[in-house]
Amino acid sequence: MRTKAAITLNINGRDYPIDVEPRRTLADAIREDCGQTGTHIGCEHGICGACTVIVSGEPVRSCLMFAVQADGKQIRTVEGLAQGDKLHTMQQAFIDHHGLQCGFCTPGFLMLAVGVLEREPDISDEALIDVLSSNLCRCTGYQNIIKAVRAAAKEMQKK
Amino acid sequence: MLAKGKFVGRSVPRLEDRPLVTGRGRFADDISFPSQWHMRIVRSPIAHGRIRSIEAKAALALPGVHAVWSFADIAHLPPIGFRLTGLIELEAYRQTVLAQRYVRYVGEPVAAVFAADPYLAEDATDLVEIDIEPLPVILDAAGRPGPFDEQRDTETSVIEKKSGDIDAAFRAADTVISLDLSIGRHSGVPMETRGAIARYDEARDVLEMHGAAKVPHWNRDRLALMLGRHPDKVQLYEGHVGGGFGIRGEMYPEDVLVCAAALKFRKPIKWIEDRREHLIAANHSRQQRHKIRAAIDKDGHILGIDDEFFHDNGAYMRTHAATVPDLAAAMLPGPYRVPAYRARGHIRLTNKTPCGTYRAPGRYETTFVRERLVDAIAAKTGIDAIEIRRRNLIDKNAMPYPRGFSTLGTDVVYDSGDYAKLMDRLLAAAEWQGMRRALERRRATGEKVGAGFAMFVEKSGLGPFDKVRIEVTPAGTIELITGVASIGQGVETAMAQVCADTLGVDYTRINVVHGQTDRIEKGMGAFASRVTVMCGEATHMAAVKLREIMLAAAGQLMQTPADMLDLVDDEIVRTGGTGPTMKLAALAAARPGDLTAEAEFKSSHMVYPYGAHIVQLRVDADTGAVAIERYLVAFDIGKAVNPMLVEGQIIGGLAQGLGGALFEEFTYTDSGDPLAVTFADYLMPTANEVPAVETFVSEDAPSPLNSYGFKGAGEGGITPVGAAIASAIDDALQRPGAVTQLPVTPQRIKAMLRDR
Repeated sequence: MRTKAAITLNINGRDYPIDVEPRRTLADAIREDCGQTGTHIGCEHGICGACTVIVSGEPVRSCLMFAVQADGKQIRTVEGLAQGDKLHTMQQAFIDHHGLQCGFCTPGFLMLAVGVLEREPDISDEALIDVLSSNLCRCTGYQNIIKAVRAAAKEMQKK
Repeated sequence: MLAKGKFVGRSVPRLEDRPLVTGRGRFADDISFPSQWHMRIVRSPIAHGRIRSIEAKAALALPGVHAVWSFADIAHLPPIGFRLTGLIELEAYRQTVLAQRYVRYVGEPVAAVFAADPYLAEDATDLVEIDIEPLPVILDAAGRPGPFDEQRDTETSVIEKKSGDIDAAFRAADTVISLDLSIGRHSGVPMETRGAIARYDEARDVLEMHGAAKVPHWNRDRLALMLGRHPDKVQLYEGHVGGGFGIRGEMYPEDVLVCAAALKFRKPIKWIEDRREHLIAANHSRQQRHKIRAAIDKDGHILGIDDEFFHDNGAYMRTHAATVPDLAAAMLPGPYRVPAYRARGHIRLTNKTPCGTYRAPGRYETTFVRERLVDAIAAKTGIDAIEIRRRNLIDKNAMPYPRGFSTLGTDVVYDSGDYAKLMDRLLAAAEWQGMRRALERRRATGEKVGAGFAMFVEKSGLGPFDKVRIEVTPAGTIELITGVASIGQGVETAMAQVCADTLGVDYTRINVVHGQTDRIEKGMGAFASRVTVMCGEATHMAAVKLREIMLAAAGQLMQTPADMLDLVDDEIVRTGGTGPTMKLAALAAARPGDLTAEAEFKSSHMVYPYGAHIVQLRVDADTGAVAIERYLVAFDIGKAVNPMLVEGQIIGGLAQGLGGALFEEFTYTDSGDPLAVTFADYLMPTANEVPAVETFVSEDAPSPLNSYGFKGAGEGGITPVGAAIASAIDDALQRPGAVTQLPVTPQRIKAMLRDR
């Protein structure tokens, strides 16, 4: 159990060679071994979605994936959304539409929404709400999150 | 003197957001120190029992496990004390930081493991053998009390509030209406679990605790007392806090343990709760059963209300002591005239997770109870429920309206309100009569659709004080330092708006520092929707002073009388608009250390916002599920600092209220095993369940108790949700009084449909 595997996580384009126990979750590896603490852990059983990151283009729950399963894969986290000081359209939309209060669930919602819209830019309203219902927020009541994602979707389509 | 309102009243963007959307927040688990140890709690698997032995040999044999503590190791620490409503008779029921002799709920801390890494610490807890002799459990707070220990039983206290002659009211009654109503066990369940990181700094002889929230100063003082340290030698630091809702930031056993261990082992000690722990070990709330009677005359006027209720506080009395039942008793009458009133609340213990507050404590529960009662009066008399409310509402000319009793150390005196006006506005917005007719037509085709209405009075702005210091540094930075706390509600933005308007600078210039016990000597924290009212007024007072100081200093430098100067957009200008000007930064550089002011706002009364909710919903007869079709909220908060933030509070509260009304419930087996231990069991609303909400924020009744007329906006979104939903389900089923219990889960609705 205590033997470690040497793996490389590629997070936001940068390689992190790390040694992890096979049981170590991807979320813990991203946060503790790679120091990227923007990915949050809310339940560790795959329901709240706070730990959502994009692995090989798909939003995944990093608490339900072992770090060794992500060896060599392209991982994107909330820290990789902005380009320097320029916020990603989705980040700006969350600010503009008051889509966050405490901000704990926000990185997970951002990565979920970005991951889905990149794959499915003209997703229907109904399908979008269905996707967003896979993450939990306890502050906002979701309405402003939905507004923010819709607004960002429109902006992203223009680009 | 009120400023021009360039920022107050406007929906300016939040100052808090940028680090939160870029992943640069500092939540509890984001804080680490070199060579830290990780703590993991061994929790009781048994709801009630006597501890025979705790064996840690196998755990200690694991390489990297440094220590295992049980009660004997912390026997010198007193139990955790009361922060609010601390009745003397409740003290015997306080919780020790590790179980002493007995365990009384599943999840109770029995031992603490300290290890080099959190995975290892968790492995080690599995190896700690605890032998517990099971004892009978008590799970029904309204049943017969049982033993707590050798001396005491589980009825800890009975609180009573009364006014008028209740017996005379019932003698004079034309009709008496009796109801038996229950509210389920819910909690705030913030998305960030609890966490605490303690570190002893030998060089300064200071014990630091990071991960503080809500009430850092009170917790600092209490930790110092428990650990036998001078308060100046214990400092608490609030980082980002992932939601508050009453539960987060109260002092818990784990907070004390990390501090005691950091002192003992001279190592930083980190503890991060997991979600299962959170759902069984952090405060629960809400669970009450009310047996309520109303005496009414033939026209539906309330002559008296007599309520006997049973408050299930779980296994121990925690920091809130009698707060929730006390607020329940004090706030039950709501917006109605109740000439004679008596509430008797039995504060009972059970073998379940101990309780504290949850957003709108005592009001979510009693608004459900009171509005159910009003609906029952309507059903009994055959008078329309809106008309019954209208006949009983307190008139605006009766304000200020004293209730004749107190809560949280303050007399309950409604400071201002025009309840009928707000009710009419919401009914008009909903086109209530048309809505009802349309629903009737749909019901005629077999649909189970209905509308519900509920009114409430909230309380907010609890004192006794708040203190603010505003400093302009020589570099020109404006710092507003306060002892309140941020739990995600937008305190930095709101206080910056108030400060900026009064000073005459842009709100983005104000750096709000909160939750740091080493930056200001005292503070009350963030609870009871108090921050905007108390800290807002203190901010205004300090900013008025600072502005005078700045203009006087500028007057000397500019050789102009101060009363001919103004501070506009960061610049000292002549009021006439011509002549020399001076940048604030230049003034700050010229007067280092002089540009500082502080003020303390004291208040012995709370302020009382009020509102109403309307919901239209559809019941699916096959599944028992409820779909919300329309939801409207009217809420009068005197004066809104930032309407966008107020609306955010309302809709966020409403979502939690829906959870408590329809889905969320901590249930237990007959042996006291908790059944809601994951997010797959404790069902919180998602984007699919929370409807779009039409909000109507009004400012009809500014509070006379502060300069702007602020009242707190944090709780009116949640308060009457259970009440409104219950009313609408009754309507959908066309069975007045059908709903007697929250949450109204699909199973319960199916049972109601079967019972027909």
